[in-house]
Amino acid sequence: MDSFLQQFYQQLVNGISLGSIYALIALGYTMVYGIIRLINFAHGDIYMLGAYVAFFATTVFKLPFFPALIAAMVVSALVGVTIERFAYRPLRNAPKIAVLITAIGVSLFLEYGGMLAVSPQPRTFPALLPTGIFHIGGVVINSYQIIILAVSLILMAILTYIVHRTKIGKAMRAVSFDNDAARLMGIDVDRVISFTFAIGSALAAAAGVLVGIYYNSIDPLMGIMPGLKAFVAAVLGGIGILPGAMLGGVIMGVVEAMVSGFISSTFRDAAAFGILILILLFRPSGLLGKNVREKV
Amino acid sequence: MLKIEDINVYYGAIHALKGISLEVPEGEIVTLIGANGAGKSTTLRTISGLLKPRTGTITFEGKNIAGSPAQDIVKQGVSQVPEGRRIFANMSVLENLELGAYIRSDSKGIAQDLENVFQRFPRLRERKSQVAGTLSGGEQQMLAMGRALMSRPRLLLLDEPSMGLAPLLVKEIFAIIKEINASGTTILLVEQNANMALSIAQKAYVLETGRITLSGTAKELSESEAVRKAYLGG
Repeated sequence: MDSFLQQFYQQLVNGISLGSIYALIALGYTMVYGIIRLINFAHGDIYMLGAYVAFFATTVFKLPFFPALIAAMVVSALVGVTIERFAYRPLRNAPKIAVLITAIGVSLFLEYGGMLAVSPQPRTFPALLPTGIFHIGGVVINSYQIIILAVSLILMAILTYIVHRTKIGKAMRAVSFDNDAARLMGIDVDRVISFTFAIGSALAAAAGVLVGIYYNSIDPLMGIMPGLKAFVAAVLGGIGILPGAMLGGVIMGVVEAMVSGFISSTFRDAAAFGILILILLFRPSGLLGKNVREKV
Repeated sequence: MLKIEDINVYYGAIHALKGISLEVPEGEIVTLIGANGAGKSTTLRTISGLLKPRTGTITFEGKNIAGSPAQDIVKQGVSQVPEGRRIFANMSVLENLELGAYIRSDSKGIAQDLENVFQRFPRLRERKSQVAGTLSGGEQQMLAMGRALMSRPRLLLLDEPSMGLAPLLVKEIFAIIKEINASGTTILLVEQNANMALSIAQKAYVLETGRITLSGTAKELSESEAVRKAYLGG
């Protein structure tokens, strides 16, 4: 294989695994937006929280990988629901900008509260899983990349099942489509919103744990950049659209990997946010978004 | 069955309902007619719990439901077909009907009511797995009505079911409303099409800028000079 193609495939593998992390975080952004039209800027910090919960679960409580992952998802889901209950719900009828500013406040609270609680020092995430490196036709695949992809795909499959096949999932889609009509069906909208925050936060926490394992370093500000990039991913795919978040995440990951591999990793972030500018200029409703047609 | 006493509803500083009282006896069709902006939809939205009255009581089967959350009111047996139908256009016809039964968990009863809805609206059965947004206006109205019936309501609130429909379809929809009533569901019907509404109702109220200005049997109102001039075109 010539070296260009080999490099291309290598970056594709790296990009897909990074992208599935973005996709997991982007799903939370997009679900919350779909339900209450809020860009939850504290979402990236939930991802950080998930990583820390898994860190303490494995170092202090000596849990293995899967129980630690579940613990991180459960704790973060509870925190996500609590944040919604006390920070956003009182503002349900307030202007959007008030809620948005509150979200930024919650984000800063988690970041700097996190520093206070666990110190700003980065921590080394323990190696929870056996490492292995596979060579497939000159492309190097790390066993962590496979695990990241597998866990992400399983979680996305579960999410898709919940949203399309279960009663609460149908209620989520109904609330997202028309809040008042959903209330007329007897749907408890507040409960659906809590559930949405729980699921979104659990997915972000899973992403945090996977990143902890992959880069084996975590710190209280680790959520800022991935949070913003996942937000771009959600916008890229079409905010409010679940498959859009998955697609947007993978595209973001691949673009970043390609830019790092072929140009320079210093341009990586510029490329990510360049995508945001381009999508806002040329296709503001996102790749899978369409102008909603309504029949009267 | 339903008794509204002296409710006042505000949108911010706007006083939308100014001390409305009305009564819907069990088994009847009662209609609320009036011009655009008179407060007809506001009245229905307040009964359903989407809006809270600042003062006044709404009694349904002896219980005050004013200010209760919407989901509790649906559970009490009040279901609304909202203005403009408000179907879930991105979901299938079947999913829309399933959402109508959201508060219920008796899967047998739900299956039976689904069958009843399909019998009443055969076109919905044909289009069961079609995305609801692709239905015609008349079919969407049928879906909205079928969806409301899926909660097995004792009181059905209908907001402008004739809106935007061809005259022939309006007739069909009104015939169905009569059938639904005949099978035991009490109906409160809000309409701009006063002629049609008065022709199927037993009792009627006229709403003007947030106040009830006239009330009586449908027959009395359709013969009243004031109503004829204002709402029946002479």
